[in-house]
Amino acid sequence: MNYRIYRKFKNFMFLVLTLVSALAVLIPLFMIIQFVLVQGASSLSLDFFTQLPKPVGEVGGGMKHAILGTIYIVLLGAAIAIPIGVTCGIYLSEFSKSKLSKTLKMTVDLMSGIPSIVIGIFAYLVVVVPLKSFSAFAGAIALSIIMLPIIIKTSEEILKLVPNHIREAGLALGLPRWKVILFIILKGSVSNLLTGMILAISRAAGETAPLLFTAFGNMYLSYNMNEPMASLPVQIYTYAISPYKDWQRQAWAGAFVLMVLILTMNLFARFILTKIKDKKGI
Amino acid sequence: MPNLNDAKVILEAKKLEAWFGDFHAVKGITVDYREKTINAIIGPSGCGKSTYLRCLNRIHEEIEGARTAGEVLLEGKNIYDKKVDVVDVRRRIGMVFQKPNPFPSMSILDNVVIGLRLQGISKRSTLLETAEVCLRKAALWDEVKDKLNSLGTSLSGGQQQRLCIARALAVNPPVLLMDEPTSALDPIATAKIEELMNEIKKEYTVIIVTHNMQQAARISDFTSFFVYGNMIEHGLSADIFTNPKEKQTEDYISGRFG
Repeated sequence: MNYRIYRKFKNFMFLVLTLVSALAVLIPLFMIIQFVLVQGASSLSLDFFTQLPKPVGEVGGGMKHAILGTIYIVLLGAAIAIPIGVTCGIYLSEFSKSKLSKTLKMTVDLMSGIPSIVIGIFAYLVVVVPLKSFSAFAGAIALSIIMLPIIIKTSEEILKLVPNHIREAGLALGLPRWKVILFIILKGSVSNLLTGMILAISRAAGETAPLLFTAFGNMYLSYNMNEPMASLPVQIYTYAISPYKDWQRQAWAGAFVLMVLILTMNLFARFILTKIKDKKGI
Repeated sequence: MPNLNDAKVILEAKKLEAWFGDFHAVKGITVDYREKTINAIIGPSGCGKSTYLRCLNRIHEEIEGARTAGEVLLEGKNIYDKKVDVVDVRRRIGMVFQKPNPFPSMSILDNVVIGLRLQGISKRSTLLETAEVCLRKAALWDEVKDKLNSLGTSLSGGQQQRLCIARALAVNPPVLLMDEPTSALDPIATAKIEELMNEIKKEYTVIIVTHNMQQAARISDFTSFFVYGNMIEHGLSADIFTNPKEKQTEDYISGRFG
């Protein structure tokens, strides 16, 4: 009898242990959301989206330049990383018998483990130093390096999900391999591939470290990719560590906007996905 | 009934061999196929029927470690000749697989015309016309004519397989290979496919691997019996099923082995 109670007690304790761990994961997540929501949303105003920063001491101003800058740099980075990444994923999934592909796979795994600050320094040395200027372009390069391993890995895995008999069916129709890959395998996986891209973009959009040494940031609106450009993460960082109350308040607003931006991107992509899935016919 | 043995030979295998790595799956098959006939290949599981069939349109070589030797002559020309483009071979020798495999995220219409479209034919009226003709040949037109834009994968298994037949017919290959096309289907779907095979036989030569001996007896003009990579017997189905020459064939078709 005693033994049975002891056994039940052990069982119960184990349940409590797993439950506590689960809560321990949830609590910080909810706290982040709550902090950013309460602090950020309350500091938000229309000015935040439409105004440029005011000089120190003056209250008000916004982060229009950083919001647009982030979108600009991230899209530029994606434009570099997506074609290379997807093509690379095709190579790994469709022609994966060569030695090169083994090396490539290992490189991709290593790449995804490189700290983002190291990528920032790398982009600094490779782009900023030779061009003698911080630039949005350098920032885009750094972000594209962050996106690449994610896009390559997801593309490879998604294409490998396509069963082999689909490839054979295409080849048996007398279609060259490249057409089978592009117009049958890839076409059938578009929606899944997009998910991988969005994953990569949202990861890169929140990065601060690689932009500190590359896009650097500024206080005015710029669309010149050869010049420093502001971005939300860097702007948040700069404002958050400043001693000014108003800037700190704006940093919260920035964090809120960044979160919402990434979230909207995800939702928007999902919306496109369903559109693609619904689109049928010739 | 005209003598089937007098019909023109369209496809010939000569000492055809195939390997998977070290495994010798097909051992020196020599046989010819007459134009506009249905040719069944029967035999126990794992005896190299499918591998043999896959050598006839050179899809076997797509598997890693796969190898072939010997010749396959399509209208007198060896498809394994170095000068021959494998893409041309497959355009002229179509294939239907065991599992229905319509292309994902593609409409019924797209599935049928994809072969033509990727060959560069983009005129909508031509594509629509071909789609209708091929879907009719595959006995699927009446069931799908009102939903050509629905996904191919939304159809039932039997319909999907007929869609795959229409897709293969759309590139208009004189020879059609079928690898157990009905083994994943129920009896009604199977009956539909057997029915349509009798129709497409008027224009195409069909070589079909089947596990179902009744099916072979019902639909085929010629039957080959395979065991462990060897062809034991080949002849008119009427002869094979009523009066086989070889003891092994007789044992197999009477259910004593296999």
